[in-house]
This record gives sequence, C-alpha cells and structure tokens, in this order.
Amino acid sequence: MVEPLLQTRGISKSFGALKASSDVSLDLRPGEIHALIGPNGAGKSTLIKQIAGNMKPDSGTVHFLGQDVTALDTVARARLGLGRTFQISALAMEFTVLQNAVLGALGARGDVMRFFRPVMKDSALVERAREALERVGLQDHAATRTAELSHGQRRQLEVAVALTLKPRAFLMDEPMAGLGAGGSKRLTGFLDGLRAQAPILLVEHDMDAVFALADRISVLVYGQIIATGTAAEIRTNPEVRRAYLGEEDAA
Amino acid sequence: MTRETYINAALTFLLVLVPFWAWSTGQAYILTLCTKVAILALAGVGLNIALGLGGLVSFGHAAFFGIGGYAMGILASHAQVFDPIAEWPILIEGTKSMPVIWLVAMVSSALAALLIGVLSLRTSGVYFIMITLAFGQMLYYFTIGWPAYGGEDGLSIYVRNSFPGLNTLVPVQFLILSYVVLGLALWFSARLARSSFGLALTAARQNADRVETVGIAPFRLRLVAFVISGAITGLAGAMFADLNRFISPTMFSWHTSGEIMIFVILGGVGRLYGPVVGAALYILLEHLLGGVSDYWQIFLGLLLLAVVLFARGGLIGTLAGREVAHG
Ligand SMILES: Nc1ncnc2c1ncn2[C@@H]1O[C@H](COP(=O)(O)OP(=O)(O)OP(=O)(O)O)[C@@H](O)[C@H]1O
Ligand SMILES: [Mg+2]
Repeated sequence: MVEPLLQTRGISKSFGALKASSDVSLDLRPGEIHALIGPNGAGKSTLIKQIAGNMKPDSGTVHFLGQDVTALDTVARARLGLGRTFQISALAMEFTVLQNAVLGALGARGDVMRFFRPVMKDSALVERAREALERVGLQDHAATRTAELSHGQRRQLEVAVALTLKPRAFLMDEPMAGLGAGGSKRLTGFLDGLRAQAPILLVEHDMDAVFALADRISVLVYGQIIATGTAAEIRTNPEVRRAYLGEEDAA
Repeated sequence: MTRETYINAALTFLLVLVPFWAWSTGQAYILTLCTKVAILALAGVGLNIALGLGGLVSFGHAAFFGIGGYAMGILASHAQVFDPIAEWPILIEGTKSMPVIWLVAMVSSALAALLIGVLSLRTSGVYFIMITLAFGQMLYYFTIGWPAYGGEDGLSIYVRNSFPGLNTLVPVQFLILSYVVLGLALWFSARLARSSFGLALTAARQNADRVETVGIAPFRLRLVAFVISGAITGLAGAMFADLNRFISPTMFSWHTSGEIMIFVILGGVGRLYGPVVGAALYILLEHLLGGVSDYWQIFLGLLLLAVVLFARGGLIGTLAGREVAHG
C-alpha cells in the first residue's frame, strides 16, 4: 500500500453537545481524489478546518507528509504544501482577480517582506499568477475587481489561488457550488487532470462530479464516517443508502 | 494615470502655491500654518499605513507623536543648558541637531510601537482600540508626573534646532524642510502600498483567512506596519515640537490620537493624499472658524459626520471615486 500523504487519526470535535467530528480517521493517497460527502451540517467543513489548521481538534492528530502537524497553525501547514479552497469564498474583494492570484504566488515564494519593488511588476510572480488563472479559465477577468465576479467565478479564483501555491495536497470545500452545469463540467475535467499533480480531498454536493471523479469516497454523517470505498461500493452500501443517498432519491 | 493621480498632482501644486504666495507677499503666519499642515499630515501619513493599509484602528498614535516630541524636548533641553543626559555608563549629551533628533525620535517610537504592537495586535476590533488608547493615556499621565521635563506645564525650547546648511529660524526654510520630509514620506508610503508587503498587508485587512491560507502570517505583517507607522508619526511629533518650540503632555493625550485619525478619515482612509487633505482642511477650518467661534469643533464634528455617513472614501474618495486597483 502506498504511504498516505495526508492522514487524520481519531479526530473529535464538539460544539457543546453537538459532535461535529467524532473519531474521524481518513487518509489521502498520492494521485487520488478522495471525496468527502454527507448531508448538510454533517461536519465536512469542520473537518476541513481542522486539517487546514484553522480549528483545533479536541482530540486526535493530523499527519501531513509523514509529519505530525496537529500543533502547527494554518500558516505553517500552508507553507508545508497544503492548498485549500473555502466553501464561502475567502478572497480579497477589493483586489483585482490578478492581484488575488499574485498574492498566492507571493505566499508560495515566501519573500513577503519587501517594501519597495512594485509587486505587480514582478514578472515571475505575475507569470505564475496568470498561468493559474488560465488553467481555471479566468484569464479574461484578470483585471476585474474580485467583488464583481459571479459566485461561480469566485470559486474558480479560489482554485486558481490554490494552484499558485503548487501544493502537495489540495483541500477543496465545495468548489463546484454555484458554477452551473457547464462550469461544473469544466471544473470536473480540470480536477480530473489535477490529481496527477497533487491529490485532492474533495468536499462536494454535486454527485455527478463526485461519482465521475472520486477514486474513493468517504461518507460523513453526524460527524462520523459511516463508510469509505470506491464509487461502486458506496453506491451499493445499504447504510449509506439509508443515511444519505436514500434521502437524495426521495427528495 | 488614474483620476486620483491628477487630483494628487493638483493638490501638490496647491500646497506649493499657497506658501509661495504667502512668501512673496511676506505673510510669515501663513507659512507657519502651511508648515503645521505638512507636519500634521506627516503624522497622518504614519497612521494611514496602520489604518488605511493594515486596517488597524489605532487610537493611540499620540503615544508615538508624544515620544517623538519628548525625544526632541529631552535632547534639546539638555543641549541648551549644556547638561548631559547621562554620564554613566557612557556619556550621553543632548543635541540641537535635527537629523540626530529625528533619528532618536523614529527609533524610540518604533521601539514603542513594537512593544505596543506585540501586546495589542493579538486582539482586534474594539479591544485593539482600547489597548492602544490605554498605552497613549499611560504615557500621558506619566509625563504629567515627570517633573524633570516640565510635568503638566510642559517644556519650552528657546531656539529651534538646527539642520545642516539651513537656517531653520527662517520660516520659509523650515517650511521647505517640512515639505521635503512629507514628500519623502508620501513617496515611501506609495512605494510601500504597491510592494509585496503592501499587497499582503492590504489583503490581510480584507481577509485574514486568505492570507494565512497562502502561508503568510497576518500578525507579522501588522506588526511591521505598526512599527513603520509609529516611526513616521514619531518623526512628525519631533518636528511638531520643533515648530512650536514646546512640548507638553497634551501631545500624548487621546485628543491628539483623535485629531490624527480625523485627518485620515476626512481626507480618505487608505488614500495616499488622504492625510494631507485632512490636515489641510482641519487647519483651514480651525483658522477660519476658530476666529468666529470657540466652538468651531462643532462644525468639524458635523463635517466628520457627513464624511462618515455619505462619503466613506473621504474627500479624495469622493473626488476620485473608487480606487482603481493596480492590476
Ligand atoms: N464554530 C462553530 N460553533 C458552533 N457550531 C458550529 C461551528 N461550526 C460549525 N458548527 C456546527 O457544526 C455542524 C457541522 O458544520 P459544518 O459546517 O462542518 O457542516 P458541513 O458538513 O460542512 O455542512 P454543509 O454541507 O452545509 O457545508 C453544524 O451543525 C454547524 O452548525
Ligand atoms: Mg460545509
């Protein structure tokens, strides 16, 4: 078996009486897309936050690249190579699209304490940023103010900024949300190729995308992983059907 | 060239024209007012780096303004009576040299900003405002109770400090010196805003999560911004003390912090020329209305209210429109 790049071991997190994560162990292997699905409020975003370092688990550990990163903050984990997109876009809204991407490239290069040279004239950074925008199809919007982007375009920019980091693993929280059928299809194609660059832990409600992309799927219900397996295994798992997919069919 | 660039150029022209006119018609008083505008604008340029770029609502910039002022007062007062500041372990003498005083003012206010920043930047919102305010007030009461340098009454310096090659007692020469310093500070802060550091700092103001996710720690950015900001406001304090040839605890009071903030808000938070316009407007109002009524600040209050309610970008923002991002 290949060594996982990213691994959680027995992560638990409670908000008062609510168990948002309960003994969650999952891993992400090189080259794969591992989808994390589950009903609203199941604790998917909460788990992503604990992996990314925004939130401390009550117990359990996170390992990344063979290293225990539980005690590290978001900044340190990002620097190790954890790229992340947010469910609710976290972008600098006053910036242009290109500036947001340049910020990512700057973070990746790590020499932020420069006080005189105009950053938007730094051709290495701008090049890297434009390349990322092109890959997600935002190249024509480089000069647009981020606040003026549609919801779906913001999702694409989130992905582009993560790309500028050239991370070792991606955490993506609902990148398809708000994209519409065409956009979602294009992003699906893109993520399909991206896994060769770095594996993706993908939280997604779009089942077509999940079943098309995922090498493995984990199902989270009430903070607990009730099943992990291939698309075929998950589709036929009776517990999953009862707890989750059944609801969807009925809806 | 954006509209704001043209407006800034026009303002620069006006800022040079007024003293030129005053000088050619021999109105020394106007020259002094213009000097005052430049020095107060400099204090605002300092604050604008923390507030405008970093989004750090510091209500304690009087601390740096005061430290700059007292750096000048302490050095010059010892020099004028030929009494060294310290003889042990090393001899430290006072000085009447502006460049040395400025350096001491900037270094000591930068150190103070580093200390205050480390203690306050872990908090945000109203807590940050309160902690910065508290530090300013602490220094205010400390200087009131510090008899060596005049205590509550403050301290006069008899002769303005000197600058190599200039006669600073001639109003127009001190004015030019102040303008050059302000110009350098504006140039520096324009460069800063467009640098790597500026991009990350302004991003952290808009969305700290974003900055962390790309592997940059907002705290470090904010701390460095706060230190630079404090050093510039400290320099303004030293020059202001030299303009008045007087220091007093008032330099540390929260009124002073409020005034510096008013310059920035009136002119436009985060706008390069915001503090310049704000300080000019403030002095103009004080000059025009102060003679009519002692309660001129009521009008200032109304104006401030109008800006906050209807013109969030301040005067520059209203004239130039939304900032065109440098994309
Ligand atoms: N900071 C918090 N404090 C208290 N409760 C929280 C907090 N964050 C999340 N929760 C709760 O924890 C549960 C899991 O939330 P989470 O956002 O992880 O769900 P999710 O699976 O991402 O849902 P969705 O599919 O709607 O995005 C929810 O009931 C939510 O209300
Ligand atoms: Mg979620």
